[in-house]
Amino acid sequence: MSGIARIKDMFEGLEGRRAALVTYACGFYPDEGTSRDVVLTMLSSGADAVEIGIPFSDPVMDGPVIENAGRKAIEAGATALKVLGLISKIRERTEKPILIMSYYNPIYRQGLQRFVGLAGDCGVDGLVVPDLPPEEMEPLKDVCDESGIATCAFCSPTSTLDGIASASRMTTGFIYCVSLLGTTGARQTLSDEIPSLIRRARECTTLPLAVGVGISTPEHCREAGKLADAVIVGSALVKLIKEDGSHQGLSELVSEMRGALL
Amino acid sequence: MELEGGSTEEFSSIDGYFGRFGGRFVPEPLIFALDELNDAFEKCISDEKFVAGLDNLRKNYIGRPTPLYYAENLSEKTGGARIFLKREDLCHTGSHKLNNTLGQCLLARSMGKARVIAETGAGQHGVACATAAALFNQECIVYMGEVDTQRQASNVFRMELLGAKVIPVSSGSRTLKDAINEALRDWVENVRSTHYCLGSVVGPHPFPKIVREFQSVIGKETFAQCLDTEGRLPDMVVACVGGGSNSIGIFSPFIGRGVQLIGVEAGGTGKGEGEHGATLCYGIEGVLHGSLSYLLQDESGQILESHSVSAGLDYPGVGPEHSYLKEKGLASYTTASDEEALHAAELLSRTEGIIPALESAHALAHAVRVAPSMSKESFIVVCLSGRGDKDIDILMERL
Repeated sequence: MSGIARIKDMFEGLEGRRAALVTYACGFYPDEGTSRDVVLTMLSSGADAVEIGIPFSDPVMDGPVIENAGRKAIEAGATALKVLGLISKIRERTEKPILIMSYYNPIYRQGLQRFVGLAGDCGVDGLVVPDLPPEEMEPLKDVCDESGIATCAFCSPTSTLDGIASASRMTTGFIYCVSLLGTTGARQTLSDEIPSLIRRARECTTLPLAVGVGISTPEHCREAGKLADAVIVGSALVKLIKEDGSHQGLSELVSEMRGALL
Repeated sequence: MELEGGSTEEFSSIDGYFGRFGGRFVPEPLIFALDELNDAFEKCISDEKFVAGLDNLRKNYIGRPTPLYYAENLSEKTGGARIFLKREDLCHTGSHKLNNTLGQCLLARSMGKARVIAETGAGQHGVACATAAALFNQECIVYMGEVDTQRQASNVFRMELLGAKVIPVSSGSRTLKDAINEALRDWVENVRSTHYCLGSVVGPHPFPKIVREFQSVIGKETFAQCLDTEGRLPDMVVACVGGGSNSIGIFSPFIGRGVQLIGVEAGGTGKGEGEHGATLCYGIEGVLHGSLSYLLQDESGQILESHSVSAGLDYPGVGPEHSYLKEKGLASYTTASDEEALHAAELLSRTEGIIPALESAHALAHAVRVAPSMSKESFIVVCLSGRGDKDIDILMERL
């Protein structure tokens, strides 16, 4: 099954009954084995799909939690190719969608054809590239289209309607709607820009809309999930990852978030 | 010969790209601000009032035009080609950086943005930005790597005296590259009210174009001064390249006119990883800080730390236009080592009574290296991009 089809099936399977829960984990944080267990814990606790991060030395879209996780992951030996290897091991254990979250340079360095080819072989379903706005996405999308891997373009509260329309043209998975102006990281309150962002996005596209950045609590998931087709949670979960391998806190929060979406 | 020279635009058709280099590889929330900035810039540079205002400030505030000085003692000592110095070190604040910050802060004012943020390495751009912000009564925040705040403590105080707030950056390598990351994060968050005053010809479009435009005053003056004093264009123009703003500034009118254009990168202590800042000479193309250009990176695409005795050249990226000029053979790039730069600084101090910035000393080192093999009739222009007072501690330690 192609990645595009797997992501489409996930949304169709939910039939609009509830929003999907997409959780983020940084590959190799705090080490390879623990990060694999973290992802499997997220999936068994109710995540509908996972985003696995390839750490980058200069993560400009990330706040301190994910930046620090990325730095430790690089110290633990993470590279783009090793994270793909990690994903192939996770693929053996799940049929749910697995996306890669990576800045563009680690992908570009491998060559787009080679990277996307390897990603497909390892069971990756989609790519999320935070420093690749719709206008720069075409070369990557062309290559992903050939391999059936989904692309997920971004839109945000500052997007024009034209900008959202071009995000839609560059997307074969879901559109990643950045809930607020700022970097990734947990927030006390949910962004009040979400309703107007989702309303404007619906005017421009029929593709699934996922809301991310600053979604930190089950209550945030409930509220954002009423409007969007998926919610994406990162920093709030990464903060709970323990180096000693106990994933109880993580597991509980993922189930609560999933529960809040029902 | 007319004053307006060629520019890379003649060789590059798609807006935002220099050949395949450049682009806007930034988080989507910033796209609207880049569009807004590009529109405001295009409007301002064709607005007579804006241009007249900037010209007036260049003349009466920066102290332009800066002299093109024939370094006769140095030339005699070196032998061969005569060496001229474009004296950007005489600009207010001591380097070419104010050419850019005055332009950008004026642009920010015309966009109604009262908050200006900047990154800085050694502090030259930070000081220049704080200066312009003080002049225009703008709130100014400067991000500076923690390592740099320690080695350039007096510049931190200088910025604070000018009313700016300096925020030490403790992430990553805690130097210039990380200061840019932090400034970009601030910009994503405050993009509606804030202008990011980027200090070099790097970053996403339209920054390479804007900074080039504001720095091209160096080249335009040099072009006219060469015709005035020598009746012809120089045989060679040499400038140092970190991000590449003084070099693009002085090169721009000479591109495609048969003048040898040489960019000199930080050769540091060697060719190995982490020993130099020679992005064009030893790097590989990739995407950092919003544009596709040459980069110092490892095989998995992580950005490497650079090294140079001069903080202004200590950056693992380079402006996309330089990558284009290199690839098309319109300019060529070489290195000068830490040692060569230090000796060139000493040589200029002794022969001419001018203490150059260590950045500019890299360009000078190359000129001194090649001049003896050129004829006495030929002449070289070196962009003396800054003065060396800021480097006194390093010079004391190393010479």
